[in-house]
Amino acid sequence: MSIDTINFTPVASLAGGVMIGIATAILILFSGRIAGISNILGGVVRFSETRQNQWRIFFLAGLILAPWVYGLFFALPVAEVELDNLGLVVAGLLVGYGTRLGSGCTSGHGVCGLSRLSIRSLVATLVFMTTGVITVYLMHH
Amino acid sequence: MTLLISFLSGLIFGLGLIVSGMTNPAKVIGFLDVFGKWDPSLAFVMMGAILVGFFAFRYTKKTHKTLLGETAHLPTGHQIDRPLLLGAALFGIGWGMAGYCPGPALTSLLSGGIKPFIFTASMVVGMMIFHRTHQS
Repeated sequence: MSIDTINFTPVASLAGGVMIGIATAILILFSGRIAGISNILGGVVRFSETRQNQWRIFFLAGLILAPWVYGLFFALPVAEVELDNLGLVVAGLLVGYGTRLGSGCTSGHGVCGLSRLSIRSLVATLVFMTTGVITVYLMHH
Repeated sequence: MTLLISFLSGLIFGLGLIVSGMTNPAKVIGFLDVFGKWDPSLAFVMMGAILVGFFAFRYTKKTHKTLLGETAHLPTGHQIDRPLLLGAALFGIGWGMAGYCPGPALTSLLSGGIKPFIFTASMVVGMMIFHRTHQS
């Protein structure tokens, strides 16, 4: 293992992380809801319980409009996607199905779950990080 | 009021994803590439988020109420079962392939061209397949 010193951004990433923490804190402290993106999106695409879905739709609207607001002040950072379109379809299916089956993703289990000191979320986070590491190893080495 | 809070939370969450660099899939893959040239940035994102989140959830776990006096909806599940493990494993494979998880994929919809659209559309289909096969 060697550290990628060129791309490593400790300060920006810590600052962005604190912002994500603040967003999570606002939602639980004022709305009593968990900022788990896969559960929020999953609730919306079930197309049931319409009243319950209102807050979810507003949360997703904020999330989707974020680059537009950011772009008013700064230039958006580049995004590099190496994977071809067929690969993206397969990856999307795995992420969509997997996060619903496992009841959460990086935000729900990773950020909120670990903040709550949930063992269940810690296990889920370790599992998806492990299979993520193995997948990247197999695809890039 | 709740809807405004939800919108602001989503907006700050998305801005945090952009600032942290997590809307760039190559950076996420760099974090998962522990056997290559490892970019530890994602760990710093998690640390920053948990540092703040910990105190918010500590309060909510104690009171079970929001600051506005309403009931907070904290998760109740504790069991570590097959669906949790299998679901997390499948998610990790897709995450490692694309470098997108649900949050950054949605935040990239407006700015990232066609690729995040393909990923997100497919992710929604994956969720719907789950809902179809696990109706409760």
